[in-house]
Amino acid sequence: MKSTKYVVTSQDSDVLPSDIALRIYELGRDINVKETCFGVIIDGEEEDISATVEDLRKMDETNIFIKDRGFSPGDPRRCRGHRGGGARPGFYMMEHESEILPLISRGLASEARGEDPPSGVETKRRPTLEDLEAMINEEFS
Amino acid sequence: MVKVMVYPPTSMILADLVERKGHEALVVSKEVRKKVDTPGLDSPPLNMTPEDPKKGLKYAAVDVPSGVRGRMALLGPMIEEAEAAIVIKGDDCTLGCTGCARTNELARFLLKTKRIPLLELEYPEDEVEAKRFVFKIREFLEGLS
Repeated sequence: MKSTKYVVTSQDSDVLPSDIALRIYELGRDINVKETCFGVIIDGEEEDISATVEDLRKMDETNIFIKDRGFSPGDPRRCRGHRGGGARPGFYMMEHESEILPLISRGLASEARGEDPPSGVETKRRPTLEDLEAMINEEFS
Repeated sequence: MVKVMVYPPTSMILADLVERKGHEALVVSKEVRKKVDTPGLDSPPLNMTPEDPKKGLKYAAVDVPSGVRGRMALLGPMIEEAEAAIVIKGDDCTLGCTGCARTNELARFLLKTKRIPLLELEYPEDEVEAKRFVFKIREFLEGLS
């Protein structure tokens, strides 16, 4: 059975999409590779893809993230080239998660070093709309 | 290997963390793949057919919008298959095709009432939270096997 996966690199990673593509060519498996700005899309038989995924993770354990994709690369039902441009369906979720990837990478790196999560440390949260409203009222009323 | 449903079902972070620990992540793209690769009357096969909202009737009543029933036709079998679940709280993370609030409510409700091991979290906003996030997921997944 065919399988397609996204290989996405975190912003902290030194690995470029072209490095991943080269590594896949070196492996010599029967896999289609499409380079994108966020990583690569790989498509092939399920056994080849799962073996390749294991090899790719070794390039940068904490900064490479892998996700399944429903459609093959270039599928006319999803490809922007065939649909006249616009954001690709699924782009919004990936964009949202890409912002958090460096944090997750640091979490994975800390886990790999065997560190326990910091306890009792206050976290820095963005103020919510209610917080902002309270701040403005306090300041200007 | 345990089948772990991730919610949002399109989440790359959760699916990746689950598969790193050797479990199987149940994600919506695998369901879509089955549909778009199976030959049918439509050429190329559609990812959603008029039959799907009818399948969704198992999970939602007929007066519920067809969008909810159509989504449940994909998500429902995954929920039935799930042996554990990791759910992200808050609707900021449900974007694009998972942006239907009623479907999200129903899917989360079905996961909660299924009585399977369930971990509820929020996406981290800083490094400390991220370390806790990764640690909690690791602890949860190690406890499953």
